[in-house]
Amino acid sequence: MSTDTKGYLDMDLLRFTTAGSVDDGKSTLIGRLLYDCKSIFEDQWEAVEQSSKQRGDENVNLALLTDGLRSEREQGITIDVAYRYFATPKRKFIIADTPGHIQYTRNMVTGASTANLAIILIDARNGVIEQTCRHSFISSLLQIQHIVVCVNKMDLVDWSEDQFNKVVSQYKEFASRLDVPHIDFIPISALLGDNVVDHSENMDWYKGSPLLYTLENVYIGNEHNHVDARFPVQWVIRPHSDEYHDFRGYAGRVAGGVFKQGDEITVLPSGFQSRIKRVHDIKGDLEEAFAPMSVTLTLEDEIDISRGNMIVKQNNPPESSQQIEAMLVWFSSQTDLIERGRYTIRHTTNEVKCLLKEMKYKVDINTLHKVENDRNVGLNDIARVSLQTSAPIHFDRYRRNRVTGSFVLIDEQSNNTVAAGMIIN
Amino acid sequence: MREVAAQFGKPALLFSGGKDSIVMVRLAQKAFWPAKLPFPLVHVDTGHNFGETIQFRDDLVKDVGGDLVIASVQEEIDAGRVKEEPGLNPSRNRLQIPALLNVIGKNNYDACLGGARRDEEKARAKERFFSHRNSFGEWDPKNQRPELWNLFNGKMDFGENFRVFPLSNWTEMDVWQYIKLEDIPLPSIYFSHNREFVRRSNILLGKCENITLLEGEKWESGNVRCRTVGDMTCTGMVESVANNVDDIIEEVAAARQTERGGRADDKRSETAMEDRKKEGYF
Repeated sequence: MSTDTKGYLDMDLLRFTTAGSVDDGKSTLIGRLLYDCKSIFEDQWEAVEQSSKQRGDENVNLALLTDGLRSEREQGITIDVAYRYFATPKRKFIIADTPGHIQYTRNMVTGASTANLAIILIDARNGVIEQTCRHSFISSLLQIQHIVVCVNKMDLVDWSEDQFNKVVSQYKEFASRLDVPHIDFIPISALLGDNVVDHSENMDWYKGSPLLYTLENVYIGNEHNHVDARFPVQWVIRPHSDEYHDFRGYAGRVAGGVFKQGDEITVLPSGFQSRIKRVHDIKGDLEEAFAPMSVTLTLEDEIDISRGNMIVKQNNPPESSQQIEAMLVWFSSQTDLIERGRYTIRHTTNEVKCLLKEMKYKVDINTLHKVENDRNVGLNDIARVSLQTSAPIHFDRYRRNRVTGSFVLIDEQSNNTVAAGMIIN
Repeated sequence: MREVAAQFGKPALLFSGGKDSIVMVRLAQKAFWPAKLPFPLVHVDTGHNFGETIQFRDDLVKDVGGDLVIASVQEEIDAGRVKEEPGLNPSRNRLQIPALLNVIGKNNYDACLGGARRDEEKARAKERFFSHRNSFGEWDPKNQRPELWNLFNGKMDFGENFRVFPLSNWTEMDVWQYIKLEDIPLPSIYFSHNREFVRRSNILLGKCENITLLEGEKWESGNVRCRTVGDMTCTGMVESVANNVDDIIEEVAAARQTERGGRADDKRSETAMEDRKKEGYF
């Protein structure tokens, strides 16, 4: 790991999710990555050694490194997203380890929403199953650009190349209907470490890279939109002090494009126009700000701007509308989607009421076909809907900008987040 | 942090005097500059603090011009609401919970910012940025709200509250690199100094009046520093000669023990942290 501050800050960060069905060996794989990258500390290792012994496991159970909560240890499964951190000399990594159980699929979506890459695990003996399809489709829906398919438990199929190829072609057939530009396949044994960090000696027929090398070298430079300037106002800074008597700063995180001093801007929804006076943070003026920097803007003119407004460039406005078409992933186990139901929609820093006007169709995640006759949308279902909002929201398509194209729906009675949405238009 | 100020009516920042909460104060200054912090700093005081951190805390509060609210565990004990653990070496760790819940209740704080990180401990690895707590301050790990993208839902019913952890995705190394980058001053106990300590089940505890030697133990002295800072009775030290941030960064990179490895409070059981969190710990 680079210890000099400049080198450390310049290191790439790759965020990835791991997904797979129960017993595909996800937690074991992560335990293996951490262990082989020497990211396990002695005291953690001792604790795991001890509990493995207590459980009567033959070898040290690597899965215990990630299954943190008591109920998970009892059931031997992961029930919530667990975040893990490790670094190699090349990159820093954040792993979102997500559950395989069907009732926790919403957590898979959560992990995927901020990921650059998804690792999908397939048991070499079972091939592609429903969970594989569900998770792949979710990765595609959330616009993850890279999927690495790890065909695991190769030790249990005698390191068979044929078996590996069979799983690969099965997956490719399914994936041809997905929207994922890069897919890699790696035969591994998480339990024994084959092709995780080092090349496997048991599978010399595999000429590709081991998993860690792939993770270290995959290209992630184009994740943010640097074209369409979008600045959702998060907080208005008004110090009311003698020194900064008339100061009025708009603080937030750049959601797209580049902002510079002198830029001609428009404030939505008011439509007022002005020019950027300064782009700054606590240390002083910045030449420019781009996604995902957090900065404060001040403007030439005093205009009324509040949280939830969006500052954009005059020549490149987003869509502004009260009618939205979107794909929804339903998260609530307590309430199903109600057509004509009212919800609160949280989009960037803005929050408005909305009416769920129409559920158009559900998606069968195995075949990716539209289902029009089943009108019931519950936990883990994915549906195309139209929404009508009480005030215009300012958005881009999710495909173009993950920040300005995403939203969540909140149930007004329970205050729970009941669905996540990706805007189509 | 701005999300917290914007979504909640009366937030507070939990300040322990440790490096993570000092980093939090710096981030808060940056988020609202040139305005002052829109929330007070709340310190849950176990009464077993390192003297250095209290002095540091008071100086920092003066420096940022914020308000300081102290929730005292000693007061809770004196009022008879909680009881000191029996035995020779009581830990006041769990006793922080009622003091914290009380200060939240008394002041009607609806959101408490904390410096906890997911890499610290396995129950914290599953924590949300915006962590919902019921009106008794309890955490329900099986019923957490999904958090997607950077959209955080802070809606709640009257009497409930949130714990918010902006440093969730930071690692120990990230914290030290940030301290260096921003040139943030720290209490002296983070740096190597000579101190008397006792070795107890592989943990070095600094000498203070609340620690009684057990049979076969003796005070030793040497160069030590803290990796985390909490109560004097449970914060272990490491033998170290690192006396500046650069040396510490080298040491963190080479470390073979987690920073909480020296925390006696976590060693009490496999799920000690999870159980404390369910009761209302942060």
